[in-house]
Amino acid sequence: MSAARTGPSLTLRTREAIAGWLFVSPILTGFLIFFVGPLIAVFYYSTTEWNLLSQQSRFVGMDNYVDALTANDTFWHVLGNSLVFAAGLVPLNMALALGLALALSKPMRGVVIFRTVFFAPVITSAVAWAIIWTFLLQHESGAVNQALSVVGVDGPNWLHEPNWAMASVIVTRVLKTVGLNMILYIAALQTIPRDYEEAARLEGANGWEIFRRITWPLLAPTTLVIMVITVVGSLKVFDHIYLMTGGGPQNATLVLAFYIYEQGFKFFNTGYASALAVVLFVLILALTILQMLLKAARK
Amino acid sequence: MNYRLEQKITRICWVVGLAALAIPFVFPFIWMLSGALKGQADVFSSASLIPQTAHWSNFSEVFAYQPFARQYFNSLYIAVLVTGLTLFLSSMAGYALARLRFAGSALVLLLLISALMMPEEVTIIPNFFLMRELGLMNTHMPLILLPLFGSQGVMATFLMRQYFLALPKELEEAGRMDGLTRFGVYFKVALPLSKPALSAVGIITFLFSWNLFLEPLVFVNDIKLFTLPLALANFTDTYGLPLWHLQLAATALAVIPMLIVYILAQRQIVESFALSGVKG
Repeated sequence: MSAARTGPSLTLRTREAIAGWLFVSPILTGFLIFFVGPLIAVFYYSTTEWNLLSQQSRFVGMDNYVDALTANDTFWHVLGNSLVFAAGLVPLNMALALGLALALSKPMRGVVIFRTVFFAPVITSAVAWAIIWTFLLQHESGAVNQALSVVGVDGPNWLHEPNWAMASVIVTRVLKTVGLNMILYIAALQTIPRDYEEAARLEGANGWEIFRRITWPLLAPTTLVIMVITVVGSLKVFDHIYLMTGGGPQNATLVLAFYIYEQGFKFFNTGYASALAVVLFVLILALTILQMLLKAARK
Repeated sequence: MNYRLEQKITRICWVVGLAALAIPFVFPFIWMLSGALKGQADVFSSASLIPQTAHWSNFSEVFAYQPFARQYFNSLYIAVLVTGLTLFLSSMAGYALARLRFAGSALVLLLLISALMMPEEVTIIPNFFLMRELGLMNTHMPLILLPLFGSQGVMATFLMRQYFLALPKELEEAGRMDGLTRFGVYFKVALPLSKPALSAVGIITFLFSWNLFLEPLVFVNDIKLFTLPLALANFTDTYGLPLWHLQLAATALAVIPMLIVYILAQRQIVESFALSGVKG
């Protein structure tokens, strides 16, 4: 009797399980083939060296890593560049995004136009954006230096001087991406109840105090998410570098993602490039774990 | 009265400040348009934003210089295909992960989440060899498969799952009572209810595919198979004459339709991004 009663419900569960697996299997299969497999393979490749003549690979253990760390300074220089890029881009991007969001989160005439304007580069392809800015930053004839010359400043050769090239790439990248962070901040600001602010105002708090004691703490979870997204985004920057500076001048803008491409597909140092990809993987994994730890610590 | 005047002045200061800040965001587009109409020599020599004579022929020359119409079509059909497939596969998987109980679903979810942040640069080298093994080099298949099954597809699955989790269960149960199969419930009940999530995921996926650069650069070398970003970059580095005016005309042709769509559907597009909080 009881067996008859549990019987159908059991098959119901089994059928649900089968349906579940059928539903996830297309994306899961593709994911295993085109993501998980390659991820495992990149670790293996990083321990090999390729003979381009015989198309054979040879196991070399940790040689590629030892090479990267000790053979010359390029790897450290590249890693440093990536960190400088992130250290320049992330604070600038987030501060500007928060400022814009605070200015544009309240209903006011013209707000939609400004939001549209600041978000437009997000929609524009990075390639188009990089191309236009490459023109604007030309030494003699670029619009930026022509504008500067009006106020009597002799602008530098932005993309061809090591010190300025990195700054130029960072700033143009911020202009391209800041709109997204602005929108995420605006969305978060709109979830903060108005009552908090009004109550604080009644008790005599000024704008800055309200921001420090109410808005900023309530934005903390959003800030954490935006920070991780922005740091990871800055570590994978490729198209901007490829189009604006090609890693130059004198490797001043040679960052990790671009170096992987150059080593792998220009110089065919597959093993070495794979070792670099593993370094990028570890960096991003560490960031993701750090984010999860911070999230857990908040609770 | 005094207070209101003060408020008005503050408001004007805000607007002026924001307008000044908007210059580096707007000016590139204006300059692109002006440069696209200039002659080859004037792009740099003339500082004026208004071209002395408008070279409308630049736009037709773009199509003569490389198969631009075809490249445009490539970008379009790939983005539409990737978007359609992503919406179907990721909503189905997201539905199962949110609604169906099956052993291993937690593990599948964990596996997918762990890939959310991984950039394509990490796996591009093994994928290059994989595509070569599969005979897919110099085809559009990598540009379809990799976004579909890489972190972008995973992100879509995750977003769909989050949305389905919040959907009321009662309607699905009613569907089950009416004798719909699991797939029927997903397709006829859950999907129609999730239009906001589908449009958000669709917009983001379309833009991601449309702007893809590293993958076309690595997997495609036939000029007829180029996608738009690759085509734009292809006006440089031609020895002989630099073709700045053509590059700008092509860039304008690629950017302006997207800007028009963005301005028309501005609210929905911005909301999609706000909803998802995804990478740019």
